[in-house]
Amino acid sequence: MALFTYETKKDTRSGFGAGMEYLSVNNPKVVALCADLIGSLKLEAFIKNSPERFFQTGIAEANMIGLAAGLSIGGYVPFATTFANFGTGRVYDQIRQSVAYSGKNVKIACSHAGLTLGEDGATHQILEDIGLMKMLPGMVVINPCDYNQTKAATIAAAEYDGPVYLRFGRPVVPVFTPENQKFEIGKALHLIEGSDVSIFATGHLVWEAIIAAEILLEKGIHAEVINIHTIKPLDTQAIHASVAKTGCVVSAEEHQINGGLGDSIAQYLALNLPTPQEFVGVNDSFGESGKPADLMEKYGLNAQAIVDKAIKAIARKKA
Amino acid sequence: MQTIELQKVASQVRRDILRQVHGCQSGHPGGSLGCTDLLVELYFNSMNLKSDVSGQVEFHMDGLNEDVFFLSNGHISPLLYSVLARRGYFPVAELASFRKLNTRLQGHPTPHEHLEGIRIASGSLGQGLSVAIGVAQAKKLNGDSSTVYCLMGDGEQNEGQVWEAAMYAPHHNVNNLIAFIDENGQQIDGPTEKVMNNLDLEAKYKAFGWQVLRVDGNDMAAITAVIQQAKSLFVNNKPVMVIMKTEMGAGVDFMMHSHKWHGVAPNDEQLALALGQLEETLGDY
Repeated sequence: MALFTYETKKDTRSGFGAGMEYLSVNNPKVVALCADLIGSLKLEAFIKNSPERFFQTGIAEANMIGLAAGLSIGGYVPFATTFANFGTGRVYDQIRQSVAYSGKNVKIACSHAGLTLGEDGATHQILEDIGLMKMLPGMVVINPCDYNQTKAATIAAAEYDGPVYLRFGRPVVPVFTPENQKFEIGKALHLIEGSDVSIFATGHLVWEAIIAAEILLEKGIHAEVINIHTIKPLDTQAIHASVAKTGCVVSAEEHQINGGLGDSIAQYLALNLPTPQEFVGVNDSFGESGKPADLMEKYGLNAQAIVDKAIKAIARKKA
Repeated sequence: MQTIELQKVASQVRRDILRQVHGCQSGHPGGSLGCTDLLVELYFNSMNLKSDVSGQVEFHMDGLNEDVFFLSNGHISPLLYSVLARRGYFPVAELASFRKLNTRLQGHPTPHEHLEGIRIASGSLGQGLSVAIGVAQAKKLNGDSSTVYCLMGDGEQNEGQVWEAAMYAPHHNVNNLIAFIDENGQQIDGPTEKVMNNLDLEAKYKAFGWQVLRVDGNDMAAITAVIQQAKSLFVNNKPVMVIMKTEMGAGVDFMMHSHKWHGVAPNDEQLALALGQLEETLGDY
């Protein structure tokens, strides 16, 4: 049986574009910068509505981060945008010094995160960005799951005063969260109630977790699915309450296992509620070229992988 | 302020630099002494700074409707701290805490410690020009006609980000920015021409679309004049780069003509010798 339904599939980056379109009209302090990827970031509407608040930086991401820090000093709310690989790893020190350590109100908004950018291959498929960004003191890290949530997260990031990393992607995925939802940074969302295993998923893996829960239900297993759209600050209260009930965990993310959401959950649980945990994520390897769905299958990042790990986690609980 | 008065302030600032670095036996006196005349000129003469009715400067992070300065080569922090303190941003006595545990005067400047006058962290080189350009563009959006200043080192020109910023500013007609390069010809591993030759910086910046001026960075009157000249060039809708020839260690004879004092603190004897060459004009902290 279907626990969730959807009418359309859209890319999360278009949700970002819709959020920026909203902000172009509703928040005169928001400015956007882009390193030669306007179409990929879906910034056309923002630029059309407020051309004076858009800054084309060319293919020069380090400068873009510094410019954004400067614009924030002058009272603006800059969104520095490019692909996730170039907006985080390539400019880590610029973000560290000019944004995070300087406490600047800069939003680093990046598309094409993870394996699902597909054919361009590993040079562009960053799988380390959540880890890089969450290690920076004071940095908020958000990875929304669908079009509607990405739009809402974009608007929420603009309202929040402080550095934010907003991560989204290229593939079309089911739009299953409500339109015009209120996005609360750091507040996990309960999607499915269950008592046998807690599945904590982020980004594109949230939909896969829902499918996994449906498959598990057919096997008589009641999985709880929680959408952790904010990896930092982590909603430890929601995690604690769920794990206290289920007694085992599967974390799921389109990211390296090292340094990702699962890591953050494991660290919290090790200190507060030691629990068997299984990790769905990329296991210390780079990606490669291919169709997104094929890549997710090969690297074990789909619903079936979550099902397998859930059964394993439950077995460890009973052992 | 008259040139002679600025020179008196500079003498005190040089004393402050040496005493800060000596106090913690750490820091960078050479470049700090070399750039003293520029920062004193800016903060005590050319820059229009926000102040209350009594003339006391006020710090506002946004720097709206006032001139702002960004130090990209953050290691010359003892100079910036002295100038900010002497100008009234924070108590001069705080200079004694430079680089010591729990200080607001970190080894390299940072707003993290809420030190009045500091708007961005610097020290990891190559980032300040980008930040200054961002502030300059924010000023334009705000309809604010004041000027943004930035100082970089010549060794810092090795950093790729500098050239990303160099390409950006003329393309976007950032005509409210005056950047300076401290051309002292020295970097940590030796003379810049041996470590990584900048060759002709004037030709390079001109090729990138900047208006380029030159000045003797240890001639106070010449600095005042070149800033006026730079401002007169804003009408051409392009940023201005001032290549500023300085002497590392300027003001202390045995610290000049070498990169030896880039990051070395004087001992008691050397401090006494150096202070003997610099008049105490405003009272030591």
